[in-house]
Amino acid sequence: MTKSMIIAGVGGQGTLLASKLLGNLFLSQGYDVKVSEVHGMSQRGGSVVTYVRWGDRVASPVIEKGEADILVAFELLEAARWAACLKKGGTLIANTQQILPMPVITGAATYPAELADNLGQVCPGAILIDALTPAEQAGSPRAVNVVLMGVLSRVLDLPEDAWQQALARSIKPGLLAMNQAAFEKGRRL
Amino acid sequence: MKELMLGNQAVARGLWQAGCRVVSSYPGTPSTEITEYASGYPEVYTEWAPNEKVAYEVAMGAAIGGARALCAMKHVGLNVAADPLFTTAYTGVGGGMVAAVADDPGMHSSQNEQDSRRYAVAAKLPMLEPADSQECASYTAEAFRLSEEYDTPVLLRLSTRVSHSQSLVELEERQEPPLRDYQKDPGKYVMMPANAKKRRVTVEERMAALARLAEVTTLNRVEEGSDRRVGVITAGICYQYVREAMPDAPVLKLGLLNPLPVELIRRFAATVDEVVVAEELDPVIQSHCAAIGVKVRGKELFGAIGELSQNLIRQKLLGQGPAPGCAYPGELPVRPPALCPGCPHRGLFYTLHKMGLTVFGDIGCYTLGALPPLAAMDTTLCMGASVSGLHGFLKARGAEAAKKAVAVIGDSTFVHSGITGLINTVYNRGLSTVVILDNSITGMTGHQENPSTGRDIRHQPAPRLSLEETCRAAGVEKVLVADPGDLKAISAAVQEALDHQGPAVVIARRPCILLKGVERRPALWVEEERCVGCRACMTIGCPAISFRDKKARIDQTLCVGCGLCAGLCGKTAIKEGETS
Repeated sequence: MTKSMIIAGVGGQGTLLASKLLGNLFLSQGYDVKVSEVHGMSQRGGSVVTYVRWGDRVASPVIEKGEADILVAFELLEAARWAACLKKGGTLIANTQQILPMPVITGAATYPAELADNLGQVCPGAILIDALTPAEQAGSPRAVNVVLMGVLSRVLDLPEDAWQQALARSIKPGLLAMNQAAFEKGRRL
Repeated sequence: MKELMLGNQAVARGLWQAGCRVVSSYPGTPSTEITEYASGYPEVYTEWAPNEKVAYEVAMGAAIGGARALCAMKHVGLNVAADPLFTTAYTGVGGGMVAAVADDPGMHSSQNEQDSRRYAVAAKLPMLEPADSQECASYTAEAFRLSEEYDTPVLLRLSTRVSHSQSLVELEERQEPPLRDYQKDPGKYVMMPANAKKRRVTVEERMAALARLAEVTTLNRVEEGSDRRVGVITAGICYQYVREAMPDAPVLKLGLLNPLPVELIRRFAATVDEVVVAEELDPVIQSHCAAIGVKVRGKELFGAIGELSQNLIRQKLLGQGPAPGCAYPGELPVRPPALCPGCPHRGLFYTLHKMGLTVFGDIGCYTLGALPPLAAMDTTLCMGASVSGLHGFLKARGAEAAKKAVAVIGDSTFVHSGITGLINTVYNRGLSTVVILDNSITGMTGHQENPSTGRDIRHQPAPRLSLEETCRAAGVEKVLVADPGDLKAISAAVQEALDHQGPAVVIARRPCILLKGVERRPALWVEEERCVGCRACMTIGCPAISFRDKKARIDQTLCVGCGLCAGLCGKTAIKEGETS
């Protein structure tokens, strides 16, 4: 049975590193894996999405409406944007951090109020957490992605040492200790 | 051993395994990583060429020289390389030659949605199309083999979803095919009419031989299915969507896209009740089926625009709507890409906007200068069109218009296709002001070196092309250099260039803020008592600045301290250093 996960965020938040880590993780557990990324013009502070699929044999690398078992959103507005892809009863993990898009900055649009409350209603059981503060405590606001991987590690039933190996395989040695700390903080949130 | 690889990475692995010796490319999403990963193999000579035509010719020269060679490009790059492409079908190769071309259905990162398969048909060249990373590796090797067996360049067609998806690849060792002998053979390589007429016959004979291959090659395969109501003919990423949506359907999966088989398709069609073609963009396979008298449906179901998907196939062929999701109720603001905080282009576009100029734009990060609030771009067409387009605009509208219009072009784009346009402007007594946005890197595709950066593909020191000297050598008398981070300096330089009676160039020089070694200063902050909410700092479209409770705010995690906003604040409310 193929499982599907969406990683959604804002360009520059490190969604690609998270998907690389997850690819390594599922590969180490003997699954067939496909990871689909977006590069180029779609980055640069724009809405960014990565698809991760794993199972006995994965065909399409793409995840569509109502197909995702898990949605990990690095930013609150992006959680709302991609919620339609989460299947009924799927798991939403969302960072409550808010990054304003350019139309909001210019005043052409407003950032929706009460996003968190509404998301909780649309996705019952949603895990809404502030990942920015623990990332900063671990040493860098850029570690939000790995904090969220720590949160995800409690939802996925996989051995912790597999996560640790995937971290070590995906992150440069100089940044590993800080990211291990960020992962631990996420795992304990 | 199996490894999870990006499709582009797998092409690089495949060319390395096939013993490829020379790779020359110009970066372009979604093809760039092929050459970047290839540069990681010490056995493969790799280089960034100034454009795709040069890259293709370098690869062709290497192949004539007896080596296996490859060039990679995005779909629109093949337009630039089309001139040598067509004639190399006549000359054939020496060592194997492969041109990898990545299409972008859905235009994730492109200015159009052209279908490269049309080039294979028009140039009479074989084309292969992989459907996952494993096939990216194995088809690349097969493309080299076919290239040598049939004495022809081979096109390897990729698409965004294949190039930028990771899947498993079985790693193999590198073969070392020897360098083939080079022997002078003007009848084959000198394409003057007398020789070309003879080679023209060879092209047709080769295509006929490849058409016979198409009937039997393992690149094309039938997957039997238990539900024979609909049989699907498909290729590339669409094959994956079909397998996802219809696991029990019989499928004819094509790996050789040109030439297409005839009898194989007829036999497949005879085994199913109805045939559907699942292909993105143009009805290439569908038209072929119609031409050989096989009744199919395709474009009337899926349309010709954008990407296919498993949901679309389920909807059109199985009558199934999408699964109910957790859709968020209510409108959400879009999040378009934006120039980064600290981007050197911001100061220039702010200036052009303020001066009210008509701006002929070009291809790169700076195309984002077209978006509000900067909104300082009138046209974007293709690489280099800013310079030549403005020249034509001014020939149409006269000297007065020349005082109110500029062309903007990045350093890499200028070297790619801007230089010839500039020569044309000078030669034909044009009046253009051209602004070269020199951020010392090829930015949008992810920081590739180019001739003006003074470093090679492996970031080692290389001879540096001087943009100033190039412009002067083209005959431009007025060449100015200014820092776009200094608003007074850049607007003075642009005004001086506009006032000049003749072509002028302003080189707006400041390195990309994302480059290693470029100084990032501490975040600025707003002293709330001083901020009067005039929104002057909001006119530069910086993602780090927002507005709440009638005051500007600076996001401390995004700001890199470039200071552009502080220079615009009439109340000196934007501060450096520690917050109070």
